[in-house]
Amino acid sequence: MFKLSGLGGRLYSGETSFNIVGNRRRWYSISAVFILISIGALFIQGLHLGIEFKGGSSYTVNKAGISVEQARASVSDVGIPGEIIVQKIGNDKIRIETGALTSEQSTAVETALTQTFGVAIESIDTQIIGPSWGKEITKKALYGLFAFLIVIMIFLAMTFEPKMAIAAIVAVVHDVFITVGIYALVGFDVTPSTVIGFLTILGYSLYDTVVVFDKVRENTKSVAAVGKVTYSQAANLAVNQTIVRSANTSLIALLPVGSILFVGAGLLGAGTLKDLSLALFIGLAIGTYSSIFIAPPFLASLREKEPAMQALAKRVAARGNAPLVDAEIKSSARPSIAPSTPRGPRNQPKRKGRK
Amino acid sequence: MSTPTKTVKGSARSGRSLVILAVILLSLIVTAFIQGASSVRLGLDLRGGTSVTLQPRASNDANKITSEAIDQAVNIIRQRVDSIGVAESEVTAQGSGTNRQIVISVPGDSGRRVVDLVGQTAELRFRQVLAESAGIASVPDTATAATPSAGVSGDINSRYAALDCTIPANREGTGADTPAETIVACSREGGAKYILGPAEVLGQQVSEASAGFDPQSGVSWFVSLTFDGEGTKAFGAITNRVTSLQSPQNQVAIVLDGLVVSAPRINEAIPSGNAQITGSFTQADAQDLANVLKYGALPLAFDRGEVQQVSPTLGAEQLSAGLLAGILGLGLVVLYSLFYYRGLGLVSVSSLLVAAGMVYLLFLVLGKTIGFTLTLAGIAGAIVAIGITADSFIVYFERIRDEMREGRSLRSAAETGWVKARHTIVVADMVSLIAAALLYFFAVGGVRGFAFTLGLTTIVDLIIVFFFTKPLVSILSRVNFFASGHKLSGLSPTSVGMNKTKTIPAAPLEA
Repeated sequence: MFKLSGLGGRLYSGETSFNIVGNRRRWYSISAVFILISIGALFIQGLHLGIEFKGGSSYTVNKAGISVEQARASVSDVGIPGEIIVQKIGNDKIRIETGALTSEQSTAVETALTQTFGVAIESIDTQIIGPSWGKEITKKALYGLFAFLIVIMIFLAMTFEPKMAIAAIVAVVHDVFITVGIYALVGFDVTPSTVIGFLTILGYSLYDTVVVFDKVRENTKSVAAVGKVTYSQAANLAVNQTIVRSANTSLIALLPVGSILFVGAGLLGAGTLKDLSLALFIGLAIGTYSSIFIAPPFLASLREKEPAMQALAKRVAARGNAPLVDAEIKSSARPSIAPSTPRGPRNQPKRKGRK
Repeated sequence: MSTPTKTVKGSARSGRSLVILAVILLSLIVTAFIQGASSVRLGLDLRGGTSVTLQPRASNDANKITSEAIDQAVNIIRQRVDSIGVAESEVTAQGSGTNRQIVISVPGDSGRRVVDLVGQTAELRFRQVLAESAGIASVPDTATAATPSAGVSGDINSRYAALDCTIPANREGTGADTPAETIVACSREGGAKYILGPAEVLGQQVSEASAGFDPQSGVSWFVSLTFDGEGTKAFGAITNRVTSLQSPQNQVAIVLDGLVVSAPRINEAIPSGNAQITGSFTQADAQDLANVLKYGALPLAFDRGEVQQVSPTLGAEQLSAGLLAGILGLGLVVLYSLFYYRGLGLVSVSSLLVAAGMVYLLFLVLGKTIGFTLTLAGIAGAIVAIGITADSFIVYFERIRDEMREGRSLRSAAETGWVKARHTIVVADMVSLIAAALLYFFAVGGVRGFAFTLGLTTIVDLIIVFFFTKPLVSILSRVNFFASGHKLSGLSPTSVGMNKTKTIPAAPLEA
């Protein structure tokens, strides 16, 4: 009975229900705290940008038994300006990062490394990034971000309701803030791959929200005409009805992303795969949270302000079956009290079933 | 709910959908076969190579970044890169309009040379020819015999003798010829070699150049050029000096990238600043020379944005890691589907496999048709898409279960659930597609690869859900194993979570 699949059925009928939309203030406060921490971390610590953004060169030497000290000494002797960061990746790789170099300086570094370690110049993996390049790709990423938000907003406003578009975008902005905050706080490297990850998360988070909103729209279509429940209650049911799907989706999305992260971080050590999947992993988790706890409650907040919906809420309260609505939302934790409370007819058959 | 006629229609439609899918897959296979595409084209990060991204920059007010200038630059750089002779080198402009970057990719180890070759903005110079001969290395003693005019050092002389212009490496062009020095140089085609005096007129002193056709002298193309004030003086001086000299010293070489593009003989002193170069030009030759004169080397200056060199070892490593991650990801999703959806999980597993097959075929075909290359970021995009694809099945399956909870039979739930799931899937996939399209247009390099595969796999997802998953479920819903709600079908009353005895579709909130 407490199997996940059984839970899906109970959530669907409203027999078991989490009051997600009703407790919206709680989720707002939790997110507000996280966003404040994120902004704080961003201002105090800032993002740890990869060389792609700040300009610089990186050289990876691939040979068993080489040490960080050797590499550092070898590069220091070249006499290039700026800080040199030397890292060991895996068992037999050393990665050296320097500031922006001219092409002569870069060649000198490569030559020094080939001499120190006795490797062919072709076997050194290099990446040289010009100082102005970072500005260019940052600009592009920001253009991409804004274009994305605007186009998606128009698209969702056309497919769903304008207020759904606003709520979805709020949830996405929320995701961006918190993900960036985590990066600032933990000090993960931000590379172009991370940015791809960020942008993909936006798509994914919205995708998740779209699925939830589709159900919300279905449930609230005639909510005013029927007059039995408020908009928030109908929306809450929709969230509950899609929770199993959301959980499944997130899990099934995290499985491949997790395997990229495992392979990227574990086997390759660093690079595209690791950066990308780390951003996706963090973002997916937050995206799932926001598509359940932020987007629908925010939508409900917006809609409840409409006169028609306020009138509906009054009507529902006036009917005097507010307890019924309450029971729908909170009851199932205490099945034993059920018979003595006045309950809606639709719960009757289910009680039979649970014997 | 479903009348018999409806079912018959539905079954015919399911069959038709599957046939359409089979036709699509078959035509992809045939196309790949005809094209002879046997393996996916891999990006440089997966097989080793060098890529250079150049950011255009206006070098002065006169030459603004225009779309034409970028196209021109791409062509010139392509010629230079092609001169190295590495197969499958590519020069492309990425982005849109004037906001474009030029990306040069050269596979294999030889790419290292490209960096030096294209990074420099080569200069156009006019130098007096001091000696000219066939472009092959001379035997040492004859070289001394052919000692050209005084003022050429022995060092230059022996370098001239040893120079073999038939070796491609010598025709790469250094782009670094010091203006004040006497140099040795090959002609662009390698047929001749020269000793050249110091540069006397520079490329930026040419104010105008164009190719023209002279109808009077028959089929003859010429290039006319105009110098600015300083250029006029300098060109006047050099022509005045050399015109009375003997051949080959009455020639002025036009040197680009350290290579002699043309070495016309000067017939008379040209003090006017307007000159005409004639010869046996074809139209293409003349226009090419005019372009070279007009733009110097490149119409734009470039900042070297990013240079990435990946050794074949690292490439192979990244490829196997990417594939491993893909297999692992797919395997986990398959296991989870089977665990959670049991029999129904088989539908999602087979759908995923068909989708994977289709994506692979598209990679093959697109590699040949539009030059699609699979990069590491592209692989990541495809792996992420496994999740999105699997999700459309989940949306559909959960909808079927919802409908069954309302008391419908599987057969009817598969149809009504589809109508509702379809909308969700299409809208959600559209969001994914928009994300992919915008990423593609706003990004450079790796990001584009990611966006492309993400977009491609999303489209494949739509095709698979419509033409494979849905028809398959429709057909299976008539199979007793599923229809009767067998324990392992994933649609048993317990796993759906509905009450067996419940017969009335009761969900007041739905109304």
